[in-house]
Amino acid sequence: MSSTEVRSLSTNPLKSSQPLGAAYAFLGVEGGIPLLHGSQGCTAFALVLFVRHFKETIPIQTTAMNEISTVLGGSDHLEEAIVNIRTRANPKLIGVCTTALVETRGEDFAADIASIVDRRADALGDCRVVLAGTPDFRGSIEEGWSAAVTAMIEAGTQPTARRDPERLVILAPSHFTVGDIEVVRQTAELFGFTPVVLPDISGSLDGTVPDRWIPSAYGGTAVADIETLGAACHCVAVGEHMRRPAEVLNRKTGLAFTLLPTLTGLAAADRFVALLARLSGRPVPASIRRRRSQLQDAMLDGHFHFGGRKVAIAAEPDLLYQMASFFAEMGAETSVAIASTPDSAILEAVPAEVIVGDLGDLEQRATGADLLVSHAHGRQASERLDIPLFRVGFPIFDRLGAQHRRSALYEGTRDLIFEVANTLIAADHHHPTPESLDPLRNRETLHDSRPSPEPRRH
Amino acid sequence: MSLKARIASVFDEPACPTNREKSETTRKKGCSKPLTPGAAAGGCAFDGAKIVLQPVTDVAHLIHGPLACEGNSWDNRHSASSGPDLWRRSFTTDLSELDIVMGNGEKKLFKAIRTIVERHDPPAIFVYSTCVASLIGDDISAVCKRAGERFGRPVVAVEAPGFAGSKNLGNRLAGQTLLDHVIGTVEPDDVTPYDVNILGEYNLLGEFWFVKPLLEELGIRLRAVIPGDARYRDIATAHRAKANMMVCSSALINLARGMQERWGIPYFEGSFYGIADTSAAIRGICRLLVEGGASADLLDRAETLIAREEAIAWQRIEPLKPRLAGKRVLLNTGGVKSWSMVDALQEAGMEVIRTSIKKSTEEDKARALAALKDEKHLFDRLPPREIYRMLADGEADIMLSGSRTQFIALKAKTPWLDVNQERHHPYAGYEGFVELLKRIDLAVNSPVFPALRAPAPWDEAGRLLDSPDVPVEVVHSFRKFAGGVLEDADDC
Repeated sequence: MSSTEVRSLSTNPLKSSQPLGAAYAFLGVEGGIPLLHGSQGCTAFALVLFVRHFKETIPIQTTAMNEISTVLGGSDHLEEAIVNIRTRANPKLIGVCTTALVETRGEDFAADIASIVDRRADALGDCRVVLAGTPDFRGSIEEGWSAAVTAMIEAGTQPTARRDPERLVILAPSHFTVGDIEVVRQTAELFGFTPVVLPDISGSLDGTVPDRWIPSAYGGTAVADIETLGAACHCVAVGEHMRRPAEVLNRKTGLAFTLLPTLTGLAAADRFVALLARLSGRPVPASIRRRRSQLQDAMLDGHFHFGGRKVAIAAEPDLLYQMASFFAEMGAETSVAIASTPDSAILEAVPAEVIVGDLGDLEQRATGADLLVSHAHGRQASERLDIPLFRVGFPIFDRLGAQHRRSALYEGTRDLIFEVANTLIAADHHHPTPESLDPLRNRETLHDSRPSPEPRRH
Repeated sequence: MSLKARIASVFDEPACPTNREKSETTRKKGCSKPLTPGAAAGGCAFDGAKIVLQPVTDVAHLIHGPLACEGNSWDNRHSASSGPDLWRRSFTTDLSELDIVMGNGEKKLFKAIRTIVERHDPPAIFVYSTCVASLIGDDISAVCKRAGERFGRPVVAVEAPGFAGSKNLGNRLAGQTLLDHVIGTVEPDDVTPYDVNILGEYNLLGEFWFVKPLLEELGIRLRAVIPGDARYRDIATAHRAKANMMVCSSALINLARGMQERWGIPYFEGSFYGIADTSAAIRGICRLLVEGGASADLLDRAETLIAREEAIAWQRIEPLKPRLAGKRVLLNTGGVKSWSMVDALQEAGMEVIRTSIKKSTEEDKARALAALKDEKHLFDRLPPREIYRMLADGEADIMLSGSRTQFIALKAKTPWLDVNQERHHPYAGYEGFVELLKRIDLAVNSPVFPALRAPAPWDEAGRLLDSPDVPVEVVHSFRKFAGGVLEDADDC
């Protein structure tokens, strides 16, 4: 369920901009450099947010549009930027993300880029240039991410009827961490597949220390793999926002796909594993069955801490769905569900009443909740409401290791259960008092809406 | 009196119904059943003594022994305090090998007491003896006496070393210690005809605070709640109460009887678990007070309050009833709860399929039988394997028990709720009963269990079972390419 209203003020935004989401996806390509086509600030702010989240050098460039180029047209800046990046960093792929500035002005970017690529073919060599139309005034991270992946497939993937039975395409959603991708890849490998994950931030943003200075993203999906993406046995798209890239891939290459809205939770993980078993014709390996059993035990041990709890979630649509479903499966109620953008079909499936809003809405509505779930900007609401914040999504700039936390498949869900439960346990610093338990208090509210007393845990 | 003589005396308990039924010779043997090495479970006498005394909030509790006794057991109970938190701090003499060999124990104990006095200045200190301290012959009583004189405050020796016997024995030795060394040592100047003590109430999670305001509304003064949220002085003046209520616990029966003998305080046994029991407890307290000289209108006022509170409680339970109706409960607690919980659960429309009568007295058993009609619903002990089988086969919808049997239920993928000492929610009084039912509702209706009980989509060897809900395109891919069929690979 979702409801929208026209509003004139956003208080404490939940969204990050669409070009940031697109840039994020381009960072998951080996040798990829995102190029934000806009003013310098568009890139600088996104860059700072990435650096705060990943604690890494992030290669993002800007076309540095100024007042004059905005009035006269930005294609010169675009050309100069592309050639300069090619010369300085020697990337394999330049991902152009448009911004509100240039989209508002309105130019034929595709034609411009085609002509640039044509004219400067010598300078560019084998460097690909891909365009994602991602104005800031629409969408959020998920839309930008989806647009970039769609653009890469549209521009890069060759039509093919070849079907390689060992290759499995996995279209990863924007909220997948490095840890999630590793889990998914390992699981697919256990069935004998060679998975091609797109985008694959696990190779580029996993926080390693290379032995030399590399100015572009290192690791990630190989451009060659994007070109031959259709030559696989099947495509698994995770999250509603990966439907469009999966459809484009299907249209170009005929590759069938299965869209799984989430990989978090016992049933969702079962679906994925059963799918791999079916595609490979192999039995489910013992190591995976063992992890399933570990998750079952985590659910048993964890459910005491979830039962009857009220959770307020503010997130991107697919992540909102993932978290709300997870809490529902564990016996907690999502009392507040706030989505960053209104357009995703998944919002209809969220087991809660969804409103489209910001962190101001979260703060206003979350009173009485036991837990806030949002990205790091939820911390202000958390402080003022004195409700613990469980950080998910992007950005998480005030905690370390966000890229290695997992929520996918059996081990990810197991970790998630423990992390959430521990957050609740750590927040329990209220000792019972005679006043808090006095049965004569608030006698005018007799019915069941009276809150249970704070539980005490060790 | 020697430890042996004291143990014999606490077990020769005339008020204990089990004891009364014994012949003269069996009674002399006491009721400590010899434990079977290799097949014993449950706490020792030290554990029992500490459980009873430790919730006294402003007292420093000092354990004289090697580290394990205190180091492995501290901060594990959830009694609540409305004031001092000294009781939660752990103090132990941490006897070392050298202390034991050189016989430094007594000196170390005295110094430990001095350090506590200097740092925390508590109104009293309880010193607990342990097996090793007893074995090497440390005279704790003498040290406590000397320290008490030196530091000008009560230093009470609690002599209940672990090897003396069971947890229940420790409970009783603790009660005896209060009787002999604490109660009656201070004369209060504010006695009223409405003073009562509650014995054996631990104020777990503050649950007694669900009840206290109701008693106070009737004008009843709680002189001492022993031990929950008690101050040392409350207990020292407890002998001037007009009535004692002994809460669901044969553990402190010797304390209740001793107070009746020494100071003529009448007592009754009751429980604050369940609506009917809470009402009965309030009536019981008022009856004893009126018999002891309080104004007779107390009984009428109590009835008015009971009627009001019961109505409110049932009103709040009403929305839960459809969610609980017909749920089958396996009650594995024993003792008084074997029947007191049964009544309470039946009140809410649940069915108790079996209840444990381990640790229950003959009277408890009779009441459990009355509640459940048939002997076959009672059991003494079920082996874990049998409990697991019952739960895995779905013979019960939930097990209520203590944390020791928690994992039998959970591994059988069956809802479980802790109703013993280590639990995390307050269940006493009308309010607490509503809370208990809410917790049962959350447990028994948790979506986790159906999800866990649903079989995996593959068999024990990991071979996929046919599942009809596979998307068409998957089946298509599967048929075409599984097993290495690669019909169109040559096209490119």
